[in-house]
Amino acid sequence: MAGLATAFGSGAMTNTIDDIEKTEVIFVIGSNTTENHPVIGYRIKQAVKKGAKLIVADPRYIELCDYADVHLQIKPGTNVALLNAMAHVIIKEGLADEEFIRERTENYAALRVTARDYTPEYAAEITGVPAEDIVRAARLYGAAEAAMIFYTMGITQHTTGTDNVLAVANLALLTGNVGKPGSGVNPLRGQNNVQGACDMGALPDVFTGYQPVTDESVRAKFAKAWGVELSGKVGLTVTDMFTAAGAKKIRAMYIVGENPYLSDPDSAHVRQCMDTLDFLVVQDIFMTETAQYADVVLPAVTWAEKEGTFVNTERRVQKVNQALRPRGNAKADWQIFVELANKLDFDWNYTCAEDIFKEITALTPSYAGITYDRLGANGIQWPCPGADHPGTPILHVGKFSKGFGHFSAVEHQDSAELPDADYPFILTTGRILHHYHTGTMTRRSKPLRFVQDEEFMQINPLDAKALGVTECDIVKVSSRRGSVKTRLKITDSVPPGVVFMTFHFKETAANLLTNPQTCPTAKIPELKACAVNIEKI
Amino acid sequence: MSKVNITINGQALQVDAGMTILEAAQAAGIDIPTFCHDPELTRAGACRICVVEVAGARNLPASCTTPVAEGMVIETESERVQKARRSILELIWADHPHDCLTCEKTGSCKLQDYSYRYNVKESPYKGEARDIPLDDTNPFFFRDLNKCILCGKCIRKCHEINGAGAIDFMYRGFGTKVTTAFDDPIEESSCVFCGMCVDICPVGALIPKQGLQQGRSWEVDKVLTTCPYCGCGCTFYLHVRNDKIVGVTPNFDGPMKGHLCAKGRFGWDFVDSPDRLQTPLIKKDGEFVEASWEEALDLIAAKLKEVRAQYGADAIAGLSSARITNEENYLFQKLLRSLGTNNVDHCARL
Ligand code: SF4
Ligand code: SF4
Ligand code: SF4
Ligand code: FES
Repeated sequence: MAGLATAFGSGAMTNTIDDIEKTEVIFVIGSNTTENHPVIGYRIKQAVKKGAKLIVADPRYIELCDYADVHLQIKPGTNVALLNAMAHVIIKEGLADEEFIRERTENYAALRVTARDYTPEYAAEITGVPAEDIVRAARLYGAAEAAMIFYTMGITQHTTGTDNVLAVANLALLTGNVGKPGSGVNPLRGQNNVQGACDMGALPDVFTGYQPVTDESVRAKFAKAWGVELSGKVGLTVTDMFTAAGAKKIRAMYIVGENPYLSDPDSAHVRQCMDTLDFLVVQDIFMTETAQYADVVLPAVTWAEKEGTFVNTERRVQKVNQALRPRGNAKADWQIFVELANKLDFDWNYTCAEDIFKEITALTPSYAGITYDRLGANGIQWPCPGADHPGTPILHVGKFSKGFGHFSAVEHQDSAELPDADYPFILTTGRILHHYHTGTMTRRSKPLRFVQDEEFMQINPLDAKALGVTECDIVKVSSRRGSVKTRLKITDSVPPGVVFMTFHFKETAANLLTNPQTCPTAKIPELKACAVNIEKI
Repeated sequence: MSKVNITINGQALQVDAGMTILEAAQAAGIDIPTFCHDPELTRAGACRICVVEVAGARNLPASCTTPVAEGMVIETESERVQKARRSILELIWADHPHDCLTCEKTGSCKLQDYSYRYNVKESPYKGEARDIPLDDTNPFFFRDLNKCILCGKCIRKCHEINGAGAIDFMYRGFGTKVTTAFDDPIEESSCVFCGMCVDICPVGALIPKQGLQQGRSWEVDKVLTTCPYCGCGCTFYLHVRNDKIVGVTPNFDGPMKGHLCAKGRFGWDFVDSPDRLQTPLIKKDGEFVEASWEEALDLIAAKLKEVRAQYGADAIAGLSSARITNEENYLFQKLLRSLGTNNVDHCARL
């Protein structure tokens, strides 16, 4: 997110899902779309069958590779080298959109200098992808009238996550693939309302609509509307919060609907930090692993028992409507917050979700024109600045949110943890189609549980043979931080030297293994690559 | 787009050239029956229930595959058309189980609706009844191929929309059926249980297992909402009866065109999991004990005030959630910030 905001002025998906039907070339990098964003995966496959070209960059052989014109099977953590080399080819072969660069971007010279060294041959050494495939991908992407890039955590969950995003943005700027139908840089959001949580200012540095807490006039506006005094000091990110808790700088924590004990890297450390807290409140629908550590647990309702809005990955604000009465004594999260606020002597008088939404739109320019009535059955894509504004399917048309699109020179850096003699494999993590996140919901669904209810770590047949293990065997996987036992699935969808685990199953919590080292800018941990050892047991 | 002039049931219309008769009729609010047609799938023209009468044409063309032409005069419910539709229905009933009393599809079955519309009670043809064993092996849906009318929509949905390509026509003639590569149960195929075939089957051949015997289609409330899982934001209707979810139908008119995956389509039963937290809990001597909301919230308020007084507001931190609504995220950050700290984040980074 941080990267895209630097380049374009907004971290959100620039284009819409419908644009997949209008594009010539689709470049999917670090996104196992058919498993993680299934209906977008359907659209990509449909587009390919109708003639669109597909480039897939992924360390694994994912389903989309069956449809791809080029599969760039990069070593985990080598995205920048690949992307810079594609830029190199595009510039060298005159495929750059000079007019777009001249009129709408800045700092192009910096990219030219950096890209010069990233010949396809040089990148081939780093990425493990044949030079001619890099050239082929660059030509496909560079020559298209309109091309779309999709990425997810495979790009961001690296210590170089922000650089990866900047390198992606460079490619789009270089070829003029921003601000028109069928183009753009499109980060796919993992969870149903990640986009909304960001839009609503559940972030340490911004209020709603990305209005900075450091901006005095913004702060004055919110302070007046809320009738309180506000701090201008940027807060801590999730990863820093736990460290601060461990250092007794954070004393009380309130966790809503998340299970960091399973979802955060190096969970043993997270657990220690949570133990150190004086006071922990967890609000959730289930007794999660995290909730076990709480001093107070508050029962919330599911999405079916309340009203409100979610924002999907293409910035579409959509209604959630109440279908059921709250179960037991559980309450909607917003009701809990209202009751607690009043106990904290704030005078909050919301009687329904719509009351809250009206306050949001009054304080948030990009939501100003949205009302529950207008959302109807199809929702509205922000920015929607006025009551008669139809919403914005494509960002940065004619002008970037920040004025000019900004090129950034980024260099390849090794992952924070490379395989060595003690830990010879790279573990990469992700999700599978029939489960979701830490499994709290999907593992309580009877049909979904049936499909798969335990981890099957993916390992290449060559590695399996060398280790003397067979399908479904149980092995011990260890990293510098911990170890878990898991069953195996032998498949050449992972290359030799790489293994893949999900983080859906608490019995085999992959995040006991992962590296909490974060990208210094975006503070996103390196969940996509850590070194592990595998032992037969 | 160029226009052509046509007449449907005496009504003069100007429609886009290139439309089919079916599309032109639908645009004019005229309902023509269909079994094998689906607007986003390739046109099969297989079932012929959609035939219409076109002045000057010898045969009755299938409206779903026949384009409009200048000056066309069309009748959608003429005597001849109705007779043709009746004989198609009678042919289907020759080997279709008379099971409407307990069939889950009753009320949303096209065969039933059209039989009612054209007053077809039974078949003059004495067909041999099919006797295909029920595929009951997966927890998502039943496949009762004895009820299949071979419209082929499930196959096209699976191939053209999902891409899984799990099913196809197999065998010929009377033995024709829709099945998996080796006629295996569906769970052994490449099926990913998206359920999209289930939701377009016009009859009771594909039936979701959730919500069996829990309500006829006219007895359930349908509440439009947005999927609680991934960021695609598919919308669908929750079917609700007696305060229970009994099913889901896609929102075919929504931005995601009614496409779903197994999580959104079938994964909602966690809502009534016995593990749901029902009441606030306070930990006393290492054990959770049930508490009233009053007690729990008083305790939280007191502790937060205490920590703030002793260590300052920045000793408090809140983690919001990418699962809860916008309104809730908004209030949560407002709460933390009103307390005097910007220590608020969520797990989007993870
Ligand atoms: S459930 Fe989905 S994948 Fe399975 S057969 Fe039906 S359409 Fe195909
Ligand atoms: S199972 Fe249903 S959708 Fe598939 S061919 Fe038979 S009747 Fe048509
Ligand atoms: S139905 Fe599947 S693809 Fe659609 S939002 Fe839900 S989880 Fe995502
Ligand atoms: S609906 Fe037209 S032939 Fe089947």
